[in-house]
Amino acid sequence: MDKSMGIRAGALSLVIFLFLLGIWQAATNTGAEKAGGALTEYEQLMGKSAKKSDGLPTPAQMGQTVVKHLSDPFYDKGPNDKGIGIQLAYSLARVAGGFFLAALVAIPFGFMIGMSPLLYRALDPFIQVLKPISPLAWMPLALYTIKDSATSSIFVIFICSIWPMLINTAYGVASVRKDWLNVARTLEVGILRKAFLVILPAAAPTIMTGMRISMGIAWLVIVAAEMLVGGTGIGYFVWNEWNNLSLTNVIFAILMIGVVGMALDMLFGMFQKFVTYVE
Amino acid sequence: MSASFLIADGLAKKYPGARGKPDLTVFDDVHFTIEKGEFVCIIGHSGCGKTTILNVLAGLDTASSGNVLMDEREISGPSLERGVVFQGHALMPWLTAKKNVEFAVCSRWPDKSGKEIDAHCQKYLDLVGLTGSEHKKPSELSGGMKQRVGIARAFAIEPKMLLLDEPFGALDALTRGNIQEELVKICAATHQTVFMITHDVDEAILLSDKIMLMSNGPRARIAEIVVNTLPKNRSRETLHKEPSFYAIRNHLVDFLVSRSKRFSEALPEGYDPKNPPLVTPGVEAPPPPSSPLEFAKVVNLRH
Repeated sequence: MDKSMGIRAGALSLVIFLFLLGIWQAATNTGAEKAGGALTEYEQLMGKSAKKSDGLPTPAQMGQTVVKHLSDPFYDKGPNDKGIGIQLAYSLARVAGGFFLAALVAIPFGFMIGMSPLLYRALDPFIQVLKPISPLAWMPLALYTIKDSATSSIFVIFICSIWPMLINTAYGVASVRKDWLNVARTLEVGILRKAFLVILPAAAPTIMTGMRISMGIAWLVIVAAEMLVGGTGIGYFVWNEWNNLSLTNVIFAILMIGVVGMALDMLFGMFQKFVTYVE
Repeated sequence: MSASFLIADGLAKKYPGARGKPDLTVFDDVHFTIEKGEFVCIIGHSGCGKTTILNVLAGLDTASSGNVLMDEREISGPSLERGVVFQGHALMPWLTAKKNVEFAVCSRWPDKSGKEIDAHCQKYLDLVGLTGSEHKKPSELSGGMKQRVGIARAFAIEPKMLLLDEPFGALDALTRGNIQEELVKICAATHQTVFMITHDVDEAILLSDKIMLMSNGPRARIAEIVVNTLPKNRSRETLHKEPSFYAIRNHLVDFLVSRSKRFSEALPEGYDPKNPPLVTPGVEAPPPPSSPLEFAKVVNLRH
């Protein structure tokens, strides 16, 4: 892509962004006016006044909230009032833990499955049944057996990240070009050397794709898992702010989830680029 | 006479037929020998099992019956004693040219020091004319250069025998010519024993000492063996001026175009698959007795 294309695309993105902001502004303005009108009896009874701006925030209010949160992301004022940075760090730590454990199991196991057509076929039914299960369905079982909510959420991440990595590793290993394996055979290369110097680099792009998909799913699942488990994390933050009826904070959290998700994906995109080869 | 360097004895490849159909016999009763330092080409139409024969020699495939002895030992699997240049270069795309060669050299001599390995790889990359491109990845190399790396990799392990599976098939005519000439030089310098599959008649005449002609499959056989009587150290420039060049060439083309088919339809009378007839097109002496050694004497007398 040439430079002018980049500039034009950037400009178009900006226009779309401003357009969306405009719609948002227009939509929330009327709402504010309505709220500013006479209070209904019900609202008076509920102690609501025009000053209190609940409901959907205007872009300006939103901007203030963003600045407020981001200027002090790491404060900790008790269990229900922690900075966004701390909440995100909790979530990221859980995702990293579950994802790392899953990689530790899925990649060696996928390697074995990929190298042995017998195992591939024998284990396929199990994988096919286990793969489509929503990771959250495991939650009661996890809570019952592990008896610790924080560990249970890590387990849920583990169970949801394992399948794409397992399947992609097995597929990548099984479809290594026959030519390269024949080269290794004619050179009498030992099994370990073959696994690490031929099969692993050959399958690395496929494995990395699986890891990237897994990471995406893990980041989707952690929010839901933390809503269920509670205590800390970005998912809990969203749920807590919903209970506080602070939609501004909910929207802010949504934004942060998106940004962090994008950053994670970009990170794995970089890893992917690193192991990809051109044939 | 001592036993030949390589003896293929009664090779056959059969695939079981699908439900009730008879087995498919690709080739059958294939016998040949290769002497040390000899360059042997095999020519035949697609589907006659040339690549299978090469894979059997490499140890990558097994024949349904028959066996191959190299240096009086049976070939039972792949070995570092036989280097293979694959049809598609089969380079690892994530490694540079030099690392590809290094991978082979490290497999051959695991105890060599890094410096020795480096020098050894460089020597063979220089030999195939890749000086300056050692650190490029295969995707940055042209088709001809990739194939050169493949050749360097096979030569670098200093195998007792080199197996080439249509190594220049995918190259344009100019590049092919250049690499062929380099191969002539390298083989002359190293006295390498080579078995090579080709579709290119001129290539076979340029490179080989003898050319085995395979009839069409199924049930392909070695129909005859053409002894290349042109003097050694050939070059593309002078090759076609040799008096018997066209005789050999016409003989080969004639075989490929018409006789290969007729041969497989009905075996000629007196054909013995254990001793396929030796022919010397362009040389007036009648085909000499079956032993290539005795034949060599005849040729010498004529000179």
